[in-house]
Amino acid sequence: MMRRKESRAGFLFALPWLFGLVAFMFYPLLMSLYYSFCDYSALRSPVWIGTDNYSELFHDEVFWICVKNTLLYACFSLPLSMVIAIGLAMLLNTNVKGMTVYRTIFFIPSLVPMVSLAMLWLWILNGDYGVLNTALASIGIKGPNWLSDVAWTKPALILMSVWGVGNAMLIFLASLQDVPTSLLEASELDGASAWQKTRNVTLPMISPVIQFNMVMGIIGSLQVFAIPFVMFPGGIPARSTYFYAMYLYDSAFNYSRMGYASAMGWILFVVILLLTLIALKLSNKHVHYGGV
Amino acid sequence: MNQKKFSTALTHAALVTLSCLFIFPFLWLLDTAVKPISETMKQPPVWIPSKFEFGNFWEAVNYGSDKVGYIPFLVYAENTVMLALLVVTGTVVSNAIVAYSFARLRWWGRDLIFAVTLATMMVPFPVMMVPTFTIFKHLGWIGTYRPLWVPAWFGSAFSIFLLRQFFKTIPFELSEAAKIDGAGEWTIFRSIILPLSKPALSVVALFSFMGTWNDFLGPLIYLLRQETFTLSLGLEFYHSKAGGTQWNLLMAATSIVILPVLVVFFFCQKQFIKGISITGIK
Repeated sequence: MMRRKESRAGFLFALPWLFGLVAFMFYPLLMSLYYSFCDYSALRSPVWIGTDNYSELFHDEVFWICVKNTLLYACFSLPLSMVIAIGLAMLLNTNVKGMTVYRTIFFIPSLVPMVSLAMLWLWILNGDYGVLNTALASIGIKGPNWLSDVAWTKPALILMSVWGVGNAMLIFLASLQDVPTSLLEASELDGASAWQKTRNVTLPMISPVIQFNMVMGIIGSLQVFAIPFVMFPGGIPARSTYFYAMYLYDSAFNYSRMGYASAMGWILFVVILLLTLIALKLSNKHVHYGGV
Repeated sequence: MNQKKFSTALTHAALVTLSCLFIFPFLWLLDTAVKPISETMKQPPVWIPSKFEFGNFWEAVNYGSDKVGYIPFLVYAENTVMLALLVVTGTVVSNAIVAYSFARLRWWGRDLIFAVTLATMMVPFPVMMVPTFTIFKHLGWIGTYRPLWVPAWFGSAFSIFLLRQFFKTIPFELSEAAKIDGAGEWTIFRSIILPLSKPALSVVALFSFMGTWNDFLGPLIYLLRQETFTLSLGLEFYHSKAGGTQWNLLMAATSIVILPVLVVFFFCQKQFIKGISITGIK
């Protein structure tokens, strides 16, 4: 009797989410799978066309450019951000004075709205009056045209992504603070150097968090959208900054090819699933679930 | 001992250098925002403006109020605040209720559904973009704020997870005692769990406020008329219409969009850091 009452209450309390889960998650997921096999525009209802969207994507030059751009961006921005986030967290974890001030400074860039961030960097990287190139010039380096040279637009975006490592850094910092000092002291007594302590004690202890941040990083970086969308409309110059999510958005809302966009969405979803599974598999060997 | 001093000095030097690199873009933003237009284009750059033009902020907010292309920044601000209020309220209310069920009530299928809930955090938004748009189109909601706030009232995986972790730490004896006194689940939720969960609830409120304030893709998809835009969208519009030349005004407008976020952060720093730290601990 008691149990039944609790069951009913539990179900009632969960009801809003059960509805949300179905209406805003399962239904859209299934529908987008269906649309991906349809010719569907904003004006017409979906018409089944089999795998046409997928085979067209396979031969679509722009699609492959976007795939390449997105993978390149992720391959550089992700490892770089991870290393810098861990590095900053370790610096902050040394009990230096003013830790909270430094922490705030490193974290603030990740608070800033994407669009504002894009505006700010458009100004800093500006070819004519940009302050970054002026600074580089003062130490004798001739800065590139970050915003208009095909070779430098992606590095510019990667540089900006490094500036936003604050979130990952805070998560690392929290996990570093949970590493038992007894372990570190013990290894110190055994004569371990600072590097050996990091390599053999600290990193294994925070490995679950490294894995977590890596998976979140993969998911996030493959969906990069707002900043390039605002800074480089249409992926200018020469589509060098045309990313997967931008092409998907354009297909759906500018070219009104909803079915095509849905096919792109499902490919992205499957790729993210696979990459996440691979990342978990590969890193599981190295992940240590003793502490944290 | 000497070596220790040396390494502390080294750490400090590294932190100071890195801090400068991280903070510089903001200083440059503010610096540009208060410059006269002529000094934004000078080479070498003018580091300290000859005259602090605080009027730039006013001018940015009222840009072109006498022309057709008027960009009503204050209207955008009002829209954004209103939207954020609806989203934050919905997020806190719905997720608290749902998390209570996952954390403290036993029901058939609970753990399975919770696992599914966690898994949905991996689903990329672009894959659901088209069908979600279609749903709201059928409801006739395109061009209104409803697609942006109604879903918030039906829970979100991340907030449910965060609140559930917190609710689970509240001693179950409290609920049992209340039950013996004849209290129902709703009463227990309202008068025991909620008052004890203020820190966790404020973290959820904070994150959802930030999320709404920063959201770009949602308003881009659903809002059509200029006077309904949010600040993020308005700033982009501002850039493509008026910016590109008047950098001082664009930077002034940008600082205005950033400012509230920074103010909120400074007042709620502790909650923030706690909230983000919880995220990483599975």
